[in-house]
Amino acid sequence: MVDVIIIAGYLSLLIVLGVISKYFFRGTSVDYFVASHSIGPFLLLMSVFGTTMTAFALVGSTGEAFEKGIGVYGMMASWSGLIHSAVFFIVGIKLWAYGKKYGYVTQVQYFRDRFESNSLGFLLFPVLVFLVIPYLITGIMGAGSVMRAVTAGSFMDLFPETGGGIPSWLTGLVICVVVLTYVFLGGLRAAVWANTFQTIVFMVMGCITFMIISDRLGGISAASQMVQPEKLVRGEGISHLHFLTYCFIPLSVGMFPHLFQHWLTAKTAKTFRLTVIAHPIFIMIVWAPCILIGIWATGAFITMEDGTVQKLIPEGVNPNAVLGIMVNKLAGEPLAGFLTAGILAAIMSSLDSQFMCLGTMFTNDIVIHHFGKDHFSEKQKVWMARSFITIIVVITYFLSIIEPRSVFQLGVWCFSGFASLFPLVFASIYWKRTTSIAAHACVLVTVVVWFYLFRASGYGADPDFLIYGMMPVTLIFAASAITIVVVSLLTQPPSPKTIDKFFAKQLQEV
Amino acid sequence: MKRMVVWILIILAVLHHDFWFWHDSRLVLGFLPVGLAYHIFFSVLSGVCWAFVVFFAWPEEWVEKIEGRQR
Repeated sequence: MVDVIIIAGYLSLLIVLGVISKYFFRGTSVDYFVASHSIGPFLLLMSVFGTTMTAFALVGSTGEAFEKGIGVYGMMASWSGLIHSAVFFIVGIKLWAYGKKYGYVTQVQYFRDRFESNSLGFLLFPVLVFLVIPYLITGIMGAGSVMRAVTAGSFMDLFPETGGGIPSWLTGLVICVVVLTYVFLGGLRAAVWANTFQTIVFMVMGCITFMIISDRLGGISAASQMVQPEKLVRGEGISHLHFLTYCFIPLSVGMFPHLFQHWLTAKTAKTFRLTVIAHPIFIMIVWAPCILIGIWATGAFITMEDGTVQKLIPEGVNPNAVLGIMVNKLAGEPLAGFLTAGILAAIMSSLDSQFMCLGTMFTNDIVIHHFGKDHFSEKQKVWMARSFITIIVVITYFLSIIEPRSVFQLGVWCFSGFASLFPLVFASIYWKRTTSIAAHACVLVTVVVWFYLFRASGYGADPDFLIYGMMPVTLIFAASAITIVVVSLLTQPPSPKTIDKFFAKQLQEV
Repeated sequence: MKRMVVWILIILAVLHHDFWFWHDSRLVLGFLPVGLAYHIFFSVLSGVCWAFVVFFAWPEEWVEKIEGRQR
């Protein structure tokens, strides 16, 4: 009960933060959507990092390490540390610069302008929204799994069907309402502040969780000595090709609409520097303890009240619940409350940005684009965004409780879709020959191939789904890249006006 | 400078595939599986390399042009 009170207190703090940010809200749509481009280096680092660290990073990584061992860190964390920063440097700064120069607020605005194509925006919008939805689902599911596991046994009278733990549907509902509240109040500025606060919380709590769990397991050496031997290596569990082709997944950050929106909040290009340098280190600080906790869970035992010794993680448990069970059984109240608040912080720091980007895209790319920016007042634009966000959140919430999946696997499929659109954004920035028809074809091919493979995997149900031993993203990415190159070469190049706008000689890099 | 960034990426991508630790279950410092320890080191190395890139290959002139600060 104490831990629930602590978590309720933490959630209340976030709403207070939203209320405070409302006083800084300038009432304009540009302030609501991109915080008036006023964000400095530290806030950008914390908000970008907080946005990229999700249920996938904490709940998913621990569960996947429990199932597959240490290889998860190399597949995701260390690849991401290298490639995320590469994308921020190679793509992010350029998109920020174009966004600032030409007034873009969303990716779709940039792509429409770059390819002189209205229809590309109408094609890209539903694809991006569709791909964000699984990302939202992982957050809501992750929060539900953690709360249920942490509070197991606490409310036997109220929730006997879940072993006394708060049911996932209730946690998901509360999380959605809290995030919607502070995002509604303060827009992206509220999301940036909340992300900064939550990033600090989850990094500090993550370290504390790690220290406490290792202590309760008899120390870090003792905990590692108990690990099942096959979890200490990649060995036969992960093939070389499988490991290598995970490199495509981190390219997804180049096409995340919510990250694009965060990039646009940067005050200057130099604001990106700290993010580029610190990102790999921050990923390491969050992921390494989670991986260790996951593998420690494979060999951890607990002494029951009657003196019998049992495995800490029962057989057949949902991997999403591993972190929550470890916290519940090893931390105890009130510590479990603080640690769980830290986990929820990571989850919610992504949900707020994702909610915001959906509203921004709908308002700017569909409504204002169709009716004109002077057709609606600033207040109406903000309310349109809020309405669309609410609709999507309701749909996502119900999907999360009807069709539960592994957080890690669903996250990987979501990232695969965005990663496979990376050739589009890279070519748009660096290859002036990229054509509008090629851009359309690239998006269509990506959607078709992604959906075909996602369906073949049982809609993410098969955790071992590979194509000739490679991650499915490899094939989708290849199809996307080949399409954009071949179709560009076969179709009419962009107009001299567009080439001049984005590739003028005086704009070429030294 | 652009070539330097490309070479750093290529070298790090090659170093990422530590086939030499693939079946090695030794523990470093008594608790870290060596395969995990190597990739933690890789993450730190990535940060250091990106710091190098930021300080020596930052596209300052291009940024100034696009921001219209250069005459």
